[in-house]
Amino acid sequence: MAPTIIPFGPQHPVLPEPLHLKITTRDEIVTEVVPQLGFVHRGLEKLADLKDYNQLVQVVERVCGICSCIHALTYAQAIEALMQVEVPQRAHLLRVIWSELHRIHSHLLWLGLLADAFGFESLFMQCWRIREKIMDVLEATAGNRVIISVNVVGGVRRDLTKEQCQWVLDVLKDVEKEFLALEKVFINDYSVEKRTRGIGVLPKEKAYELGACGPTLRGSGVAQDLRQTGYSGYGQLDFEPVVEQDGDSYARCKVRFREVLQSIDLVRQAISKLPEGGEVRVKVKGNPEGEIISRSEQPRGELLYYIKASGTKKLDRLRIRTPTFANIPPLLTMLPGEDLANVPVIVLSIDPCISCTER
Amino acid sequence: MLHMTPTILKNFFSKSATRLYPVKKREPFDNVRGELDIRIEDCIFCSSCRIKCPAACIEVDKKNKIWQIDPYICVYCGICVDHCPTKCLYFKGDYRAPVAEKAMKIEQKREETQSK
Ligand code: SF4
Ligand code: SF4
Repeated sequence: MAPTIIPFGPQHPVLPEPLHLKITTRDEIVTEVVPQLGFVHRGLEKLADLKDYNQLVQVVERVCGICSCIHALTYAQAIEALMQVEVPQRAHLLRVIWSELHRIHSHLLWLGLLADAFGFESLFMQCWRIREKIMDVLEATAGNRVIISVNVVGGVRRDLTKEQCQWVLDVLKDVEKEFLALEKVFINDYSVEKRTRGIGVLPKEKAYELGACGPTLRGSGVAQDLRQTGYSGYGQLDFEPVVEQDGDSYARCKVRFREVLQSIDLVRQAISKLPEGGEVRVKVKGNPEGEIISRSEQPRGELLYYIKASGTKKLDRLRIRTPTFANIPPLLTMLPGEDLANVPVIVLSIDPCISCTER
Repeated sequence: MLHMTPTILKNFFSKSATRLYPVKKREPFDNVRGELDIRIEDCIFCSSCRIKCPAACIEVDKKNKIWQIDPYICVYCGICVDHCPTKCLYFKGDYRAPVAEKAMKIEQKREETQSK
Protein backbone atom coordinates (compact mmCIF):
# COMPACT_ATOMS: atom_id res chain seq x y z
CA MET A 1 0.00 0.00 0.00
CA ALA A 2 1.12 3.55 -0.65
CA PRO A 3 2.27 5.46 2.42
CA THR A 4 -0.39 7.44 4.26
CA ILE A 5 0.37 10.61 6.17
CA ILE A 6 -1.59 11.00 9.38
CA PRO A 7 -1.51 14.14 11.51
CA PHE A 8 -1.22 13.52 15.24
CA GLY A 9 -2.21 16.63 17.16
CA PRO A 10 -1.86 19.56 17.77
CA GLN A 11 -5.20 18.69 19.38
CA HIS A 12 -5.24 15.06 20.38
CA PRO A 13 -7.29 13.37 23.11
CA VAL A 14 -4.27 11.71 24.67
CA LEU A 15 -2.59 14.90 25.73
CA PRO A 16 -4.11 18.34 25.98
CA GLU A 17 -0.92 19.94 24.79
CA PRO A 18 -0.24 21.06 21.25
CA LEU A 19 2.37 18.69 19.89
CA HIS A 20 2.00 18.00 16.21
CA LEU A 21 3.51 14.87 14.68
CA LYS A 22 3.34 14.21 11.00
CA ILE A 23 3.24 10.43 10.95
CA THR A 24 3.91 8.53 7.77
CA THR A 25 2.45 5.04 7.91
CA ARG A 26 2.47 2.02 5.67
CA ASP A 27 -0.15 -0.61 6.47
CA GLU A 28 -0.74 1.04 9.85
CA ILE A 29 2.93 0.71 10.71
CA VAL A 30 4.73 3.98 11.43
CA THR A 31 7.64 4.57 9.09
CA GLU A 32 8.56 8.18 9.68
CA VAL A 33 7.70 10.92 12.15
CA VAL A 34 8.27 14.63 11.77
CA PRO A 35 7.48 16.82 14.78
CA GLN A 36 6.23 20.36 14.67
CA LEU A 37 6.37 22.64 17.68
CA GLY A 38 5.66 26.26 18.41
CA PHE A 39 1.94 26.42 19.03
CA VAL A 40 2.13 27.76 22.57
CA HIS A 41 5.19 29.96 22.60
CA ARG A 42 4.62 32.60 25.28
CA GLY A 43 7.93 34.45 25.26
CA LEU A 44 8.68 33.93 28.93
CA GLU A 45 12.42 34.23 28.39
CA LYS A 46 11.90 37.67 26.93
CA LEU A 47 10.21 38.73 30.16
CA ALA A 48 13.64 38.60 31.78
CA ASP A 49 14.30 41.94 30.08
CA LEU A 50 11.20 43.50 31.58
CA LYS A 51 10.92 42.24 35.15
CA ASP A 52 13.44 42.54 37.93
CA TYR A 53 15.23 39.39 38.99
CA ASN A 54 13.06 38.86 42.08
CA GLN A 55 9.86 39.03 40.08
CA LEU A 56 11.23 36.49 37.63
CA VAL A 57 10.74 33.75 40.22
CA GLN A 58 7.02 34.03 39.60
CA VAL A 59 7.61 34.10 35.85
CA VAL A 60 9.71 30.93 35.71
CA GLU A 61 7.22 29.16 37.94
CA ARG A 62 4.79 29.56 35.12
CA VAL A 63 7.01 27.89 32.55
CA CYS A 64 5.43 24.64 33.69
CA GLY A 65 2.60 24.29 36.16
CA ILE A 66 3.30 20.75 37.25
CA CYS A 67 6.93 21.23 38.22
CA SER A 68 6.71 24.93 39.07
CA CYS A 69 8.46 24.56 42.39
CA ILE A 70 11.54 23.00 40.78
CA HIS A 71 11.73 25.73 38.14
CA ALA A 72 11.76 28.35 40.86
CA LEU A 73 14.35 26.37 42.81
CA THR A 74 16.67 26.10 39.82
CA TYR A 75 16.35 29.78 39.06
CA ALA A 76 16.78 30.83 42.68
CA GLN A 77 19.86 28.70 43.19
CA ALA A 78 21.44 30.18 40.08
CA ILE A 79 20.91 33.74 41.29
CA GLU A 80 22.06 32.79 44.77
CA ALA A 81 25.25 31.34 43.35
CA LEU A 82 25.87 34.50 41.32
CA MET A 83 25.36 36.71 44.35
CA GLN A 84 27.09 34.34 46.77
CA VAL A 85 24.09 34.13 49.04
CA GLU A 86 24.30 31.44 51.69
CA VAL A 87 20.85 29.86 52.01
CA PRO A 88 19.99 28.44 55.46
CA GLN A 89 20.08 24.64 55.80
CA ARG A 90 16.47 24.53 56.82
CA ALA A 91 15.43 26.33 53.66
CA HIS A 92 17.38 23.82 51.55
CA LEU A 93 15.55 20.91 53.10
CA LEU A 94 12.18 22.64 52.83
CA ARG A 95 12.89 23.14 49.14
CA VAL A 96 13.56 19.41 48.85
CA ILE A 97 10.30 18.58 50.61
CA TRP A 98 8.23 20.74 48.30
CA SER A 99 10.13 19.58 45.20
CA GLU A 100 9.56 15.95 46.06
CA LEU A 101 5.89 16.56 46.76
CA HIS A 102 5.74 18.06 43.28
CA ARG A 103 7.44 15.00 41.86
CA ILE A 104 4.92 12.72 43.56
CA HIS A 105 1.93 14.60 42.23
CA SER A 106 3.46 14.90 38.77
CA HIS A 107 4.13 11.17 38.55
CA LEU A 108 0.70 10.32 39.89
CA LEU A 109 -0.79 12.58 37.27
CA TRP A 110 1.25 10.86 34.59
CA LEU A 111 0.41 7.35 35.79
CA GLY A 112 -3.24 8.34 35.66
CA LEU A 113 -2.88 9.77 32.17
CA LEU A 114 -1.12 6.62 31.01
CA ALA A 115 -3.98 4.51 32.33
CA ASP A 116 -6.35 6.84 30.53
CA ALA A 117 -4.35 6.54 27.31
CA PHE A 118 -4.84 2.80 27.15
CA GLY A 119 -8.42 3.05 28.29
CA PHE A 120 -8.18 1.92 31.91
CA GLU A 121 -10.53 4.55 33.27
CA SER A 122 -10.88 3.31 36.85
CA LEU A 123 -7.11 3.17 37.31
CA PHE A 124 -6.88 6.73 36.04
CA MET A 125 -9.44 7.89 38.60
CA GLN A 126 -7.69 5.97 41.37
CA CYS A 127 -4.34 7.66 40.65
CA TRP A 128 -5.88 11.09 40.63
CA ARG A 129 -7.74 10.36 43.79
CA ILE A 130 -4.47 9.63 45.55
CA ARG A 131 -2.91 12.69 43.98
CA GLU A 132 -5.58 14.88 45.52
CA LYS A 133 -4.12 14.18 48.96
CA ILE A 134 -0.77 15.54 47.85
CA MET A 135 -2.50 18.61 46.44
CA ASP A 136 -4.10 19.16 49.83
CA VAL A 137 -0.70 18.92 51.50
CA LEU A 138 0.68 21.52 49.10
CA GLU A 139 -2.26 23.81 49.67
CA ALA A 140 -2.09 23.55 53.43
CA THR A 141 1.68 23.94 53.70
CA ALA A 142 2.42 26.39 50.91
CA GLY A 143 -0.83 28.25 50.27
CA ASN A 144 -1.61 27.19 46.71
CA ARG A 145 -2.34 23.89 45.09
CA VAL A 146 -0.10 23.80 42.05
CA ILE A 147 1.99 26.94 41.65
CA ILE A 148 2.98 27.23 45.24
CA SER A 149 5.35 30.20 45.06
CA VAL A 150 7.44 29.28 48.07
CA ASN A 151 10.89 29.79 46.62
CA VAL A 152 12.49 33.20 46.56
CA VAL A 153 16.04 34.29 45.99
CA GLY A 154 17.54 33.75 49.43
CA GLY A 155 15.40 30.94 50.76
CA VAL A 156 11.76 30.01 51.12
CA ARG A 157 8.76 32.07 52.14
CA ARG A 158 7.03 29.55 54.34
CA ASP A 159 8.13 27.34 57.17
CA LEU A 160 6.70 24.07 58.42
CA THR A 161 5.75 23.72 62.05
CA LYS A 162 6.29 20.46 63.94
CA GLU A 163 2.57 19.65 63.73
CA GLN A 164 2.53 20.29 60.01
CA CYS A 165 5.51 17.96 59.52
CA GLN A 166 3.72 15.26 61.46
CA TRP A 167 0.57 15.79 59.44
CA VAL A 168 2.54 15.57 56.18
CA LEU A 169 4.07 12.30 57.35
CA ASP A 170 0.64 10.93 58.26
CA VAL A 171 -0.77 11.85 54.86
CA LEU A 172 2.22 10.30 53.11
CA LYS A 173 1.66 7.08 55.03
CA ASP A 174 -1.90 6.99 53.70
CA VAL A 175 -0.74 7.84 50.21
CA GLU A 176 1.89 5.13 50.29
CA LYS A 177 -0.60 2.52 51.42
CA GLU A 178 -3.13 3.40 48.74
CA PHE A 179 -0.43 3.69 46.14
CA LEU A 180 1.05 0.28 46.92
CA ALA A 181 -2.40 -1.20 46.37
CA LEU A 182 -1.96 -0.12 42.75
CA GLU A 183 1.43 -1.78 42.43
CA LYS A 184 0.02 -5.08 41.23
CA VAL A 185 -2.14 -3.28 38.69
CA PHE A 186 0.69 -1.32 37.12
CA ILE A 187 3.31 -4.03 37.34
CA ASN A 188 1.38 -7.29 36.80
CA ASP A 189 -1.89 -6.47 35.15
CA TYR A 190 -2.45 -8.18 31.83
CA SER A 191 -3.99 -5.20 30.07
CA VAL A 192 -1.33 -2.78 31.28
CA GLU A 193 1.46 -5.11 30.18
CA LYS A 194 -0.21 -5.80 26.87
CA ARG A 195 -0.28 -2.12 26.03
CA THR A 196 3.18 -1.18 27.29
CA ARG A 197 5.63 -4.10 27.30
CA GLY A 198 7.93 -4.09 24.31
CA ILE A 199 6.27 -0.96 22.97
CA GLY A 200 8.41 2.04 22.06
CA VAL A 201 11.78 0.49 22.83
CA LEU A 202 14.67 2.88 23.33
CA PRO A 203 17.96 0.96 23.61
CA LYS A 204 20.51 2.08 26.17
CA GLU A 205 23.08 3.34 23.66
CA LYS A 206 20.47 5.25 21.69
CA ALA A 207 19.09 6.84 24.84
CA TYR A 208 22.54 8.04 25.81
CA GLU A 209 23.47 9.14 22.31
CA LEU A 210 20.32 11.15 21.75
CA GLY A 211 20.56 12.86 25.10
CA ALA A 212 17.41 11.49 26.69
CA CYS A 213 16.89 12.49 30.28
CA GLY A 214 14.87 11.71 33.36
CA PRO A 215 12.72 8.58 33.55
CA THR A 216 13.09 8.13 29.77
CA LEU A 217 16.84 7.72 30.23
CA ARG A 218 16.64 5.70 33.43
CA GLY A 219 14.03 3.41 31.89
CA SER A 220 16.71 2.51 29.34
CA GLY A 221 19.20 1.46 31.96
CA VAL A 222 21.35 4.57 32.42
CA ALA A 223 21.65 5.43 36.09
CA GLN A 224 21.74 9.18 35.85
CA ASP A 225 19.81 11.42 38.17
CA LEU A 226 20.69 15.08 38.61
CA ARG A 227 19.69 14.94 42.25
CA GLN A 228 22.82 12.91 42.83
CA THR A 229 24.88 16.04 42.27
CA GLY A 230 23.56 17.07 45.68
CA TYR A 231 22.16 20.46 44.80
CA SER A 232 19.97 22.18 47.39
CA GLY A 233 19.40 19.73 50.26
CA TYR A 234 19.82 16.52 48.24
CA GLY A 235 23.44 16.13 49.30
CA GLN A 236 22.29 15.22 52.81
CA LEU A 237 19.85 12.55 51.71
CA ASP A 238 20.49 8.96 50.91
CA PHE A 239 19.10 7.59 47.67
CA GLU A 240 19.95 5.72 44.50
CA PRO A 241 18.58 6.53 41.05
CA VAL A 242 15.72 4.27 40.00
CA VAL A 243 16.74 2.27 36.94
CA GLU A 244 14.99 -0.22 34.69
CA GLN A 245 16.75 -2.07 31.89
CA ASP A 246 14.19 -2.79 29.19
CA GLY A 247 13.81 0.66 27.66
CA ASP A 248 10.17 0.16 26.67
CA SER A 249 7.07 2.03 27.82
CA TYR A 250 6.59 -0.53 30.55
CA ALA A 251 10.05 0.19 31.96
CA ARG A 252 9.40 3.92 31.93
CA CYS A 253 6.13 3.34 33.74
CA LYS A 254 7.91 1.22 36.34
CA VAL A 255 10.60 3.86 36.83
CA ARG A 256 7.97 6.48 37.55
CA PHE A 257 6.07 4.13 39.79
CA ARG A 258 9.13 3.41 41.88
CA GLU A 259 10.15 7.07 41.89
CA VAL A 260 6.93 7.98 43.66
CA LEU A 261 7.93 5.62 46.48
CA GLN A 262 11.45 7.04 46.40
CA SER A 263 10.10 10.57 46.68
CA ILE A 264 7.94 9.63 49.64
CA ASP A 265 11.07 8.28 51.28
CA LEU A 266 13.03 11.45 50.44
CA VAL A 267 10.36 13.65 52.02
CA ARG A 268 10.56 11.52 55.16
CA GLN A 269 14.32 11.78 55.24
CA ALA A 270 14.22 15.53 54.68
CA ILE A 271 11.68 16.03 57.46
CA SER A 272 13.73 13.93 59.87
CA LYS A 273 16.83 15.99 59.04
CA LEU A 274 15.16 19.42 59.37
CA PRO A 275 17.28 21.47 61.76
CA GLU A 276 15.49 23.02 64.73
CA GLY A 277 14.11 26.50 64.20
CA GLY A 278 16.21 29.23 62.68
CA GLU A 279 15.84 31.36 59.61
CA VAL A 280 14.49 30.07 56.33
CA ARG A 281 15.18 33.17 54.32
CA VAL A 282 18.10 35.54 54.18
CA LYS A 283 17.97 39.12 53.02
CA VAL A 284 19.47 39.61 49.58
CA LYS A 285 21.06 42.89 48.67
CA GLY A 286 22.51 44.08 45.39
CA ASN A 287 22.16 42.71 41.91
CA PRO A 288 23.50 39.57 40.27
CA GLU A 289 26.46 39.75 37.95
CA GLY A 290 28.10 37.13 35.77
CA GLU A 291 27.13 34.03 33.88
CA ILE A 292 25.92 30.76 35.30
CA ILE A 293 24.35 27.44 34.44
CA SER A 294 22.07 25.83 36.96
CA ARG A 295 20.71 22.30 36.65
CA SER A 296 18.17 20.25 38.51
CA GLU A 297 16.14 17.10 38.18
CA GLN A 298 12.52 17.60 37.33
CA PRO A 299 9.88 14.88 37.30
CA ARG A 300 10.50 14.71 33.54
CA GLY A 301 14.26 14.94 33.56
CA GLU A 302 17.08 17.40 33.55
CA LEU A 303 16.27 21.08 33.63
CA LEU A 304 18.88 23.64 32.68
CA TYR A 305 18.95 27.37 33.24
CA TYR A 306 21.48 29.70 31.73
CA ILE A 307 21.60 33.17 33.20
CA LYS A 308 23.65 36.16 32.20
CA ALA A 309 23.52 39.25 34.34
CA SER A 310 25.48 42.46 34.34
CA GLY A 311 24.87 43.92 37.75
CA THR A 312 21.54 45.56 37.03
CA LYS A 313 18.10 44.74 38.34
CA LYS A 314 17.20 43.06 35.09
CA LEU A 315 18.94 40.03 33.66
CA ASP A 316 20.64 40.21 30.27
CA ARG A 317 19.63 36.76 29.22
CA LEU A 318 17.63 33.91 30.60
CA ARG A 319 17.72 30.64 28.72
CA ILE A 320 15.70 27.64 29.80
CA ARG A 321 16.08 24.13 28.46
CA THR A 322 13.36 21.84 29.65
CA PRO A 323 13.49 18.02 29.78
CA THR A 324 10.82 17.41 27.15
CA PHE A 325 12.95 19.23 24.60
CA ALA A 326 15.71 16.69 25.22
CA ASN A 327 13.25 13.81 25.07
CA ILE A 328 11.75 14.61 21.68
CA PRO A 329 14.61 13.12 19.56
CA PRO A 330 14.42 9.83 21.52
CA LEU A 331 10.66 9.85 20.98
CA LEU A 332 11.18 10.11 17.24
CA THR A 333 13.38 7.02 17.24
CA MET A 334 10.91 5.05 19.37
CA LEU A 335 8.03 5.51 16.98
CA PRO A 336 9.12 4.03 13.60
CA GLY A 337 8.19 0.36 13.33
CA GLU A 338 5.35 0.63 15.81
CA ASP A 339 1.69 0.09 15.22
CA LEU A 340 -0.26 3.31 14.75
CA ALA A 341 -2.54 2.37 17.65
CA ASN A 342 0.44 2.43 20.01
CA VAL A 343 1.52 5.95 19.09
CA PRO A 344 -0.50 7.72 21.83
CA VAL A 345 0.92 5.49 24.57
CA ILE A 346 4.48 5.94 23.30
CA VAL A 347 4.12 9.71 23.02
CA LEU A 348 2.78 9.77 26.54
CA SER A 349 5.55 7.52 27.83
CA ILE A 350 8.11 10.34 27.67
CA ASP A 351 5.73 12.48 29.76
CA PRO A 352 5.68 15.32 27.26
CA CYS A 353 5.20 18.82 28.57
CA ILE A 354 4.93 20.93 25.46
CA SER A 355 4.15 24.29 27.01
CA CYS A 356 7.32 24.14 29.03
CA THR A 357 9.33 23.11 25.98
CA GLU A 358 8.15 26.17 24.12
CA ARG A 359 8.03 28.48 27.13
CA MET B 1 -8.42 -6.19 35.17
CA LEU B 2 -8.16 -8.82 37.90
CA HIS B 3 -5.66 -6.93 40.03
CA MET B 4 -7.83 -3.85 40.13
CA THR B 5 -10.88 -5.75 41.37
CA PRO B 6 -10.17 -5.50 45.14
CA THR B 7 -9.73 -1.73 44.86
CA ILE B 8 -12.90 -1.42 42.81
CA LEU B 9 -14.88 -3.52 45.26
CA LYS B 10 -13.54 -1.50 48.15
CA ASN B 11 -14.60 1.69 46.44
CA PHE B 12 -18.14 0.39 46.17
CA PHE B 13 -18.44 0.22 49.93
CA SER B 14 -16.40 3.24 50.98
CA LYS B 15 -17.64 6.76 50.87
CA SER B 16 -17.25 8.90 47.82
CA ALA B 17 -13.85 10.51 47.25
CA THR B 18 -15.37 13.74 46.03
CA ARG B 19 -17.57 16.26 47.76
CA LEU B 20 -20.90 17.42 46.45
CA TYR B 21 -19.62 20.90 45.78
CA PRO B 22 -21.15 23.51 46.23
CA VAL B 23 -23.61 21.83 48.60
CA LYS B 24 -20.77 20.54 50.74
CA LYS B 25 -17.74 22.76 51.02
CA ARG B 26 -14.39 21.94 52.54
CA GLU B 27 -13.17 24.39 55.15
CA PRO B 28 -10.21 26.26 53.67
CA PHE B 29 -6.81 25.52 55.20
CA ASP B 30 -5.09 28.20 57.24
CA ASN B 31 -2.97 30.71 55.36
CA VAL B 32 -4.26 29.72 51.98
CA ARG B 33 -3.95 32.34 49.27
CA GLY B 34 -7.59 32.73 48.30
CA GLU B 35 -8.96 36.11 47.36
CA LEU B 36 -6.74 39.13 47.84
CA ASP B 37 -8.30 41.89 49.89
CA ILE B 38 -7.24 45.13 51.50
CA ARG B 39 -8.10 46.95 54.69
CA ILE B 40 -8.12 50.24 52.93
CA GLU B 41 -8.22 52.29 56.17
CA ASP B 42 -4.70 51.08 56.98
CA CYS B 43 -3.21 51.65 53.55
CA ILE B 44 -0.69 54.49 53.37
CA PHE B 45 -0.48 54.40 49.55
CA CYS B 46 3.23 53.77 49.56
CA SER B 47 3.08 51.82 46.30
CA SER B 48 5.39 49.00 47.43
CA CYS B 49 2.77 46.46 46.46
CA ARG B 50 2.49 47.97 43.01
CA ILE B 51 6.26 47.96 42.48
CA LYS B 52 6.85 44.43 43.77
CA CYS B 53 3.90 42.72 42.11
CA PRO B 54 5.24 40.44 39.37
CA ALA B 55 1.97 40.49 37.47
CA ALA B 56 1.74 44.30 37.55
CA CYS B 57 -1.93 44.15 38.46
CA ILE B 58 -2.04 46.75 41.23
CA GLU B 59 -2.45 50.45 40.71
CA VAL B 60 -2.05 52.97 43.49
CA ASP B 61 -3.21 56.54 43.19
CA LYS B 62 -1.78 58.44 46.12
CA LYS B 63 -3.48 61.72 45.35
CA ASN B 64 -7.00 60.38 45.19
CA LYS B 65 -6.27 57.56 47.64
CA ILE B 66 -7.31 54.85 45.31
CA TRP B 67 -5.89 51.33 45.40
CA GLN B 68 -7.00 49.08 42.65
CA ILE B 69 -6.31 45.60 41.48
CA ASP B 70 -7.24 43.56 38.50
CA PRO B 71 -8.07 40.25 40.20
CA TYR B 72 -8.00 38.48 36.86
CA ILE B 73 -4.37 39.32 36.28
CA CYS B 74 -3.31 38.63 39.86
CA VAL B 75 -1.51 35.30 40.14
CA TYR B 76 -2.02 34.93 43.90
CA CYS B 77 1.65 34.75 44.72
CA GLY B 78 1.40 36.86 47.86
CA ILE B 79 4.47 38.98 47.16
CA CYS B 80 2.46 42.16 47.74
CA VAL B 81 1.28 40.85 51.11
CA ASP B 82 4.89 40.14 52.10
CA HIS B 83 6.00 43.65 51.25
CA CYS B 84 3.16 45.76 52.57
CA PRO B 85 4.59 47.84 55.42
CA THR B 86 1.27 48.29 57.22
CA LYS B 87 0.10 44.69 56.70
CA CYS B 88 -3.17 45.92 55.27
CA LEU B 89 -3.22 43.41 52.44
CA TYR B 90 -4.44 39.93 53.27
CA PHE B 91 -5.82 36.80 51.67
CA LYS B 92 -9.23 35.42 52.38
CA GLY B 93 -9.28 31.65 52.68
CA ASP B 94 -11.95 31.25 50.04
CA TYR B 95 -11.20 31.44 46.36
CA ARG B 96 -12.51 34.27 44.25
CA ALA B 97 -16.08 33.54 43.23
CA PRO B 98 -16.69 32.84 39.56
CA VAL B 99 -18.42 35.52 37.58
CA ALA B 100 -21.01 35.12 34.87
CA GLU B 101 -20.10 38.06 32.72
CA LYS B 102 -16.78 38.00 31.02
CA ALA B 103 -16.72 41.78 30.80
CA MET B 104 -16.35 41.84 34.56
CA LYS B 105 -12.93 40.35 34.24
CA ILE B 106 -11.33 43.46 32.84
CA GLU B 107 -13.07 45.71 35.30
CA GLN B 108 -10.92 46.85 38.17
CA LYS B 109 -11.83 46.80 41.80
CA ARG B 110 -11.97 50.31 43.15
CA GLU B 111 -12.05 51.22 46.80
CA GLU B 112 -11.89 54.68 48.29
CA THR B 113 -10.88 55.78 51.75
CA GLN B 114 -13.30 57.54 53.97
CA SER B 115 -12.19 61.14 54.34
CA LYS B 116 -11.21 61.97 57.86
S1 SF4 C 1 2.01 48.21 50.14
FE1 SF4 C 1 0.29 48.21 51.56
S2 SF4 C 1 0.27 50.28 52.38
FE2 SF4 C 1 1.55 50.36 50.54
S3 SF4 C 1 0.13 50.93 48.93
FE3 SF4 C 1 0.20 48.70 48.94
S4 SF4 C 1 -1.51 48.14 50.24
FE4 SF4 C 1 -1.13 50.27 50.64
S1 SF4 D 1 -0.77 38.27 44.91
FE1 SF4 D 1 0.98 38.51 43.53
S2 SF4 D 1 0.06 38.93 41.54
FE2 SF4 D 1 -1.55 39.24 43.05
S3 SF4 D 1 -1.49 41.43 43.49
FE3 SF4 D 1 -0.19 40.41 45.00
S4 SF4 D 1 1.87 40.47 44.13
FE4 SF4 D 1 0.44 40.90 42.47
